[in-house]
Amino acid sequence: MKVGIVGSGAVGSLFAAHLAQLDEVETWVYDVSRPHVDAINANGLRLTGVGEVHSHPRATTEAGELPALDFGIVATKGMHTRSAIEATAGAFADGAVCSVQNGIGNEEVIADFVPRVIRGTTFPAGKLLEPGVVQWDIAGKTWIGPFEPKPATMSQVRKLADLLTRSGMETLALEDARGAQWTKLIFNAASNALCSLTRLPHGRAALHEQVRWVMDGVIEEGKAVAAALGIEMEKDPAELLEESIEVALDHKPSMLQDVLAQRPTEIDQLNGGLVHFGREVGIATPLNRVAWSLIKGLEASWKL
Amino acid sequence: MSFESVCVIGAGSIGSLCVGHLGQVANVSVLVRRPEHAAALNEKGLMVSGKSEFTSKVVASSDPASFPDPELIVIATKAMQVEAAAKAIEGRFGNAIVMTIQNGLGSEAVVAGHGDWPIISSVTFMSGTKESDTHVHYELDTATWMGPFHPAGTAFESVQAVGELFAKSGLKVEVLPDVRPAQWSKLIFNASVNPVAALTDSPHVQLFARREQESDLGHLMYDLIEEGKQVAAAAGVELFEDPWEMNSRAVKQGATHDDEYAHVPSMLADVRAGLPTEIDFILGSLVREAERLGVSAPLSEAIYRLVKGRESSYDK
Repeated sequence: MKVGIVGSGAVGSLFAAHLAQLDEVETWVYDVSRPHVDAINANGLRLTGVGEVHSHPRATTEAGELPALDFGIVATKGMHTRSAIEATAGAFADGAVCSVQNGIGNEEVIADFVPRVIRGTTFPAGKLLEPGVVQWDIAGKTWIGPFEPKPATMSQVRKLADLLTRSGMETLALEDARGAQWTKLIFNAASNALCSLTRLPHGRAALHEQVRWVMDGVIEEGKAVAAALGIEMEKDPAELLEESIEVALDHKPSMLQDVLAQRPTEIDQLNGGLVHFGREVGIATPLNRVAWSLIKGLEASWKL
Repeated sequence: MSFESVCVIGAGSIGSLCVGHLGQVANVSVLVRRPEHAAALNEKGLMVSGKSEFTSKVVASSDPASFPDPELIVIATKAMQVEAAAKAIEGRFGNAIVMTIQNGLGSEAVVAGHGDWPIISSVTFMSGTKESDTHVHYELDTATWMGPFHPAGTAFESVQAVGELFAKSGLKVEVLPDVRPAQWSKLIFNASVNPVAALTDSPHVQLFARREQESDLGHLMYDLIEEGKQVAAAAGVELFEDPWEMNSRAVKQGATHDDEYAHVPSMLADVRAGLPTEIDFILGSLVREAERLGVSAPLSEAIYRLVKGRESSYDK
């Protein structure tokens, strides 16, 4: 069995390091960062934090070096999905490709280039400490299911879920994985964008009465869009937000980290995605649009 | 009516522009919060550069008891300090006219709560940058609009007299029977530009008027301004100028006729410096008016709340 991880930032590295522990899997890593790829090939890939993992996937910056692969796992940031899958699509002509990225809209892009696509949502998180070394901050489940317009078969989905679970990344195979995806999407749309605009950590923002009013509004809009699409939520995103007060009081969400470092954010796949899908089903999403425009404006300010 | 003695309270950029100019045609005393600011002004006077070039001698203090009785008091503090300024002169200066020059709505009523002076309502479109405690750079020499605050029974003639004093000092001025149309135009303009700049960490640039991509900031600005216009209409105020036009014009040619126009609105400067903003008096006053008048303004409300959240992050 051959699996390729496309994009090996923190999340991609979590998947790669785990899979490479399995004897029956030949794990490949494709990433554009030369130092990271060289470090993995020289010293292996190391995870530290929630768990300690040290394994030896094969890494490359050249998509042409990838063999024909049975599965792909795309873990780039949303704005790099198109270029990454365009470069690597040849390796997946007979395989199935799963997105484990934030937000919505990534599977649609992947489906432009490969025949069989798997919708995925993952909660584990971490951060790249140095080339070849990732701090694993948060453990959690991954949900995967066929992406309806260009679906992988359910047996492919189950096969991938089984591999991931045995490697140490608990993964559930579902006929319809949209509920999990939209739960996380709506939660992220409320927390990431508004924490970034107010510069408040996760739990602090949820505790702030004024900010919470806006968060609740963003969530209500998101749920209305999901309902119009016939999606049944895995969990109420408002409940996740409430829990974040306990588990993530002073945690800076990834978008806030991006904003503080002036890196492009995934706002187009989060609030922008909700606005886009809302329009398709005729649901107004004014507050998501506010968040989308403001973050785009913030990104533009870095270029002034 | 003549003005030999004028007192200016607050010497930020607008206050300093008033002090420097009026100091050319009257005896100006300046009330400031910090004793070292007063000491510097007493020693060096106030220098104006840019559109005007001169230095005025002034008497400054952090204690109003030391001032001679002024005929005109200009309250040029930030909106949230008007209450304290009015308190400081409560029971004093019974012969003076008081003029307010803050952003937003409601300063006049605050002053009226502390004395029965005639009150002049004003809105200023001039701008400057305070380079130091004793130096202000005069950037935009656009007019200050003034008119009687009617609830205080202010005579139009006294406003005309104050207008003449301003004009003689080199400041541009328009005297009107009712400044509310101009005040509301500027309020709605400020209530959109300032918070959006503060939240995006962006000076007022062309993106604020761009409506090409769906996520372009111009859409948000337009929608916010529409909400403000509906509130004004419900309040029975006919706007003097369309705030969207003001926004487009400012970023297009640049109010400074400079291609690189990128004005840093005061609220952005405050957020960058970790200071409390005037949000409660600018967008906040609009949101409160909307609520009072039963006008729906959800975007204004969301933006207002986000700025409140942004302020609370300073110490985190």
